[in-house]
Amino acid sequence: MNAALETRGLTRHFGGFTAVDDVSFSLPAGARQALIGPNGAGKTTLVNLLSGALPASAGQVVLGGEDVSALPMHLRVQRGLVRTFQISQLFAELSPLESVTLAVLQRAGRGAVWWRPLRRHRAEQDEAAALLARLRFSDAEATARTDLLPYGKRRMLEIALALALKPRVLLLDEPAAGVPPGESREVLDTVAALPRDVAILLIEHDMDLVFRFAERITVLALGAVLAEGTPAGIQRHPAVREAYLGEMAHAPAA
Amino acid sequence: MRYAAEVALWLLALGSYWLFPDYLGLLAQVWIAALFAVSLDLLVGYAGVVTLGHAAFFGLGAYVAGILAVQGWGEPFSGLLLAGLAAALLGLLTAPLVLRGGELAGLMVTLGLALMLYEAANKAAFLTGGADGLQGVEIWPLFGRFRFDLYGRIAFLYALGVLFLCFMALRFLVATPFGLALRGIRGNALRMAAIGTPVRRRLMAAYAVSAGVAGLAGALLAQTAQFVSLDVLAFHRSAEGLLMLLIGGLGALYGAVLGAAAFTVAHHLLAEMTPQFWEFWIGAALVMLVMLGRGGMLGLLRRLGR
Amino acid sequence: MLTILLDGIASGMLLFVLACGLSVTMGLMNFVNLAHGAFGMAGGYVLVVLLQRWGWPFLACLPAAFLATALLGLLLERTLYARLYRREHLDQVLFSIGLVFMAGATADWLMGAQQQIIQLPAWLSGRVDLGIGELGRYRIFLILVCAGIVAGLQLGLLRTRFGAQLRAAVDDATVARGLGIPVPRLFAITFALGSGLAGLGGALGVEVLGLDPTFPLKYLVYMLIVVAVGGANTILGPALAALLLGVVDVAGKYWLPQLGAFIIYTAMVALLLLRPHGLLAKQA
Ligand SMILES: Nc1ncnc2c1ncn2[C@@H]1O[C@H](COP(=O)(O)OP(=O)(O)O)[C@@H](O)[C@H]1O
Ligand SMILES: [Mg+2]
Repeated sequence: MNAALETRGLTRHFGGFTAVDDVSFSLPAGARQALIGPNGAGKTTLVNLLSGALPASAGQVVLGGEDVSALPMHLRVQRGLVRTFQISQLFAELSPLESVTLAVLQRAGRGAVWWRPLRRHRAEQDEAAALLARLRFSDAEATARTDLLPYGKRRMLEIALALALKPRVLLLDEPAAGVPPGESREVLDTVAALPRDVAILLIEHDMDLVFRFAERITVLALGAVLAEGTPAGIQRHPAVREAYLGEMAHAPAA
Repeated sequence: MRYAAEVALWLLALGSYWLFPDYLGLLAQVWIAALFAVSLDLLVGYAGVVTLGHAAFFGLGAYVAGILAVQGWGEPFSGLLLAGLAAALLGLLTAPLVLRGGELAGLMVTLGLALMLYEAANKAAFLTGGADGLQGVEIWPLFGRFRFDLYGRIAFLYALGVLFLCFMALRFLVATPFGLALRGIRGNALRMAAIGTPVRRRLMAAYAVSAGVAGLAGALLAQTAQFVSLDVLAFHRSAEGLLMLLIGGLGALYGAVLGAAAFTVAHHLLAEMTPQFWEFWIGAALVMLVMLGRGGMLGLLRRLGR
Repeated sequence: MLTILLDGIASGMLLFVLACGLSVTMGLMNFVNLAHGAFGMAGGYVLVVLLQRWGWPFLACLPAAFLATALLGLLLERTLYARLYRREHLDQVLFSIGLVFMAGATADWLMGAQQQIIQLPAWLSGRVDLGIGELGRYRIFLILVCAGIVAGLQLGLLRTRFGAQLRAAVDDATVARGLGIPVPRLFAITFALGSGLAGLGGALGVEVLGLDPTFPLKYLVYMLIVVAVGGANTILGPALAALLLGVVDVAGKYWLPQLGAFIIYTAMVALLLLRPHGLLAKQA
């Protein structure tokens, strides 16, 4: 067993509606995998189940061999399972530097330190500043209030917060959604440049980006896994073409 | 520049001892209200927990200090400390109940718990004096030497001293990683969990600290007034604490102090008028401040400074 | 025994009429309106003035109390409440506490701090023997009127176009907007209706619940319990909760007077802990 993340029969109902339907899949260590599927297929719900943002109706989530199904979100994060959000979840009144420092402090186990002021945590602040600089935040941007930043920068911050946690498994929910094309490639390159031992699951609608990034692709439709394979295999897969790729050619991702 | 303003503010607070010798009792009340407001600000302004029942902790502190003195232990510092600890303990015990459900449910639990405590104190007259208030509170001299005098000199200095120490401790606390985490939770609790923070545990800690400081404020009132009435637990006190924060500006400790001072002085000035009049204007102030948006006096000062 | 039960049922039904508007404000508009009881108080004072000072007949005072508070509600909703729908709960709480204080002070100034006493018409006073025991006529009147209101609301919600729109909006305001339901107008009318009912409840309750300037705060807890336990998307849920509350409260005050209001506060906290999502059932 060398799966970094694995699910068994994962299911989630909303009332009478089944958003994620008996999904069993695995993400090998160091994977560069994409999860695609039409809008409403249940991709975000699946990420919510994996990360613990929503409880599952049935099934298990196994992280590095450990069943984490019963663990709350923060304990899964502390075990290296980190996600980003399709709709940015940021700290509007904090600066990017403060936000990323929060994440670094938490990862370093210093999140609850009440006996030493923040300004004496130089190492963590420097690490946060370096990460932001690597993601092309200027000093002014890094210290401005987050809600005053342009949209693209906020999407970048969403990723920075995840990277600051040094994840073992990273779930990216449409990180480039709404970002102008030039910048979205940049976002993806940053992600692709992560160390090879980090397993990455990318949800993305732009097929160019998906095929550039992914070594394997999982297709989700109506909450269930429709197909899984190499990019070439998926491109040829008749059911996928019918259910998804064909449709995508006509209707750009919403 | 900032430090200069801070130092000036505290010097002014101390200097009022000589500037307004006839109002020392009132000023002691200002310090006590400020301590209460600051404790509430940690919870509401920093951690973003809305409460309608903070008077529970203030009142518990007041009764613990008062009852200790009535039962024969009038040493002020140890009484103060015990009162603060009792309130912090109550905070720790009730925090899980308050933080369990959603925001609305939590809000009502705070209200319900405070009302329960009020009613308990009302009915337990053998211990608390009930509606007549707790009589016969006798506080020993401070450090065994300085008696609480009729002019309120010692009360003034004692209350200001405790306020200063607690304020500095909280000011330190909000500038630590823990303090930043509280602001993060207020900003976005979901994201805090997504970076691995045990949100509820942080909030429980904040709740207990805030409760403890409110208990200290209540104990100060009991010891300096040498009397405790049911009033210390009243819903009005919780609401007035929130109003002080609105006046001064939420999420800024100095704002809480300014708001408390403005509120207490206004109360004194308007006390000549009928009580309904005062209550009406408290209400009107709440409505207007909410409609105008947050920020309060401190926000106004910052905007002017820009 | 029977008298206590009947008293409990009567005050429970009154609580329902007082609180049902609040359950809609909280459930539908997600607005924490701690000032709801002020409308009940306003209705009570309207009745007192009309009945005692102007000598209107009792039955004419009731619709007047309803209309006056409904208009007041409409006015406040349009001018103030509507601006705060999107604000944080803290803002809503502070704003509505402010309104409570203003209302209490105004009532105190205009009408005095004392309990108001009204003279019921002869046909409603006294007791009547129904074979099972002597029952107060006014209690019977109350139960009949309130049962009529519950039935009317239930029918209105199920059978009318307005009721259907309201139910759709409670389920999902965004979807309802998408379907072309005029949500702001729906909010305004519902708010006015809820305020009017609270005013009617306050007017009916002068004889049973009492009336003084502390009314809004005193009954806030009761109304919150009704909302918390009953849920927002039915009429019968809050109605049953209110009945239960009324009986427990009256029985508690009769048999365990030394505990006073303690019972009711404990019940509130316990119920909130058992059903923390009772009133938060829908959240975006
Ligand atoms: N909290 C929720 N309550 C009810 N239905 C939901 C909820 N979250 C998602 N859904 C539904 O589940 C389906 C899958 O949604 P989602 O996982 O967001 O799809 P995707 O991310 O693939 O576009 C959609 O039909 C959506 O309406
Ligand atoms: Mg999605």
